[in-house]
Amino acid sequence: MRIDCDIHPFVPNTRALFPHLPPHWRDTSEIRGIDDLHSVNYPDASPLTVRAEWRPAAGRPATTAALVGAQALDAFGSDIGILNCLYGVQTLYSDDLAAAYASALNDWVRAEFLDRDPRFRASIVVSLENIGMAVAEIERCAADPRFVQVLLLAGTSHPIGKRLYWPLFEAAVNHRLPVALHAGSELRNAPTALGWPSYYLEDYVANAQTFQYQLTSLFTEGVFNRFPELKVVMLESGWTWLPPLLWRIAKYWGGLRMEIPWADRSPAEIVRDQVRFSLTPTDGPADPDRLRRVLDHIGSDEVLLFSTDYPHAQFAGAEVFPAGIDEALRDRIAAANPLATYPRLAESLGGTA
Amino acid sequence: MASHVVAATAEFPPGTRRVIEIDGRAVVVFNVKGEYFALLDKCPHNGGSLAAGVVTGLLQSAEPGCYSYAREGEIIRCPWHGWEFDIKTGRSFCSVIRARARAFPVHIEPGQTIVEGPYRAETVPVRVEDDYVVVDA
Repeated sequence: MRIDCDIHPFVPNTRALFPHLPPHWRDTSEIRGIDDLHSVNYPDASPLTVRAEWRPAAGRPATTAALVGAQALDAFGSDIGILNCLYGVQTLYSDDLAAAYASALNDWVRAEFLDRDPRFRASIVVSLENIGMAVAEIERCAADPRFVQVLLLAGTSHPIGKRLYWPLFEAAVNHRLPVALHAGSELRNAPTALGWPSYYLEDYVANAQTFQYQLTSLFTEGVFNRFPELKVVMLESGWTWLPPLLWRIAKYWGGLRMEIPWADRSPAEIVRDQVRFSLTPTDGPADPDRLRRVLDHIGSDEVLLFSTDYPHAQFAGAEVFPAGIDEALRDRIAAANPLATYPRLAESLGGTA
Repeated sequence: MASHVVAATAEFPPGTRRVIEIDGRAVVVFNVKGEYFALLDKCPHNGGSLAAGVVTGLLQSAEPGCYSYAREGEIIRCPWHGWEFDIKTGRSFCSVIRARARAFPVHIEPGQTIVEGPYRAETVPVRVEDDYVVVDA
């Protein structure tokens, strides 16, 4: 069993979503010229956005179930793929327009992918512009067991642990949906802690800062204490930065405990209990022994989830695992860990997790 | 182990602290609401002087946003990095802190006993009619 936890279908353009938009928003999109919501998080022409052999002669990659099934599942021997649409609906500022497009995107992925290939599962995409509407979208989509997760972009307008977001965590827990943060941003803030950088390379590298800060916020605000059943999944986040971040949080928690008296477990324990990371990309040392040391520092074989990040170009060839991850751990990452993270997925496969 | 006279109880009121030297090491003695407790005056983290720290209460929480402030006057916070210790036991309250501040037994002896017994009271003039705070170390 191999479960790919981070696959990206691409929406060709907003017109592809029109069948799933109410007529009013369809006409509004035509009249206002909203022809695309592709964001600068993944520019079309960037080599990172699409691996060369998956880039079509014209248009976007990964737009059909047949293509994604062949390139992302068959080619890597995966049995199940979780689809995470990164179309920029989260960048819209109007509550209503953002909610309409998020719903349309979820209905599009259901009609174009879930209904066409039983190996697919999907994440519920929501806009955080209006939390009540985000919760309503979770409730609407959760009726379909093929939706197994809630998907947010890592770069939210406020730190994600803050209480304004708690209704979303509550809805996710009620439906046994992990909440995923994926690389990328709503673009409410500059992508780095120092403001706006010059190059896409900087934007992309800075995603790690964003994830680190979100994990810190979730810890300090007590989200894991308030929602002990919650799983947070960090997608395309990288994970080799994790041990030093946990050391740093733990060190300063020692002296600042009284600020957050609800924190009842160390950050390392909380990560082992409630936070998961997609395997790809691995920003690791080339030497496998050194990568093993990073894994030792993480101290758990339960936190990594298999992913190709298809069609993003994170590695070459058909071997997804970096050297340094042994066979037993590969098996856990490919099957046991995803099944333990996604109870709705496990149930649909006849498991009991 | 020897017994060291810290001060007469009458001169060591609640809410105050005294530092004495025992075999070359500083020991801080606290009067917490009429009870006396002693800790090595050296934070187990980096060695800051606990005697120079702030005495606070213990802030706890059942869930985020709920604050329960108890045991006021019973917690010492190291002035260097803010590590908190229970004055009564030396225990810390953060699970990442495994060290505890070293505690010493303290008791009260009548002056009559001190004049007769095996006590060190070089710096404290002892009168038989008073009670004295004594550290065993």
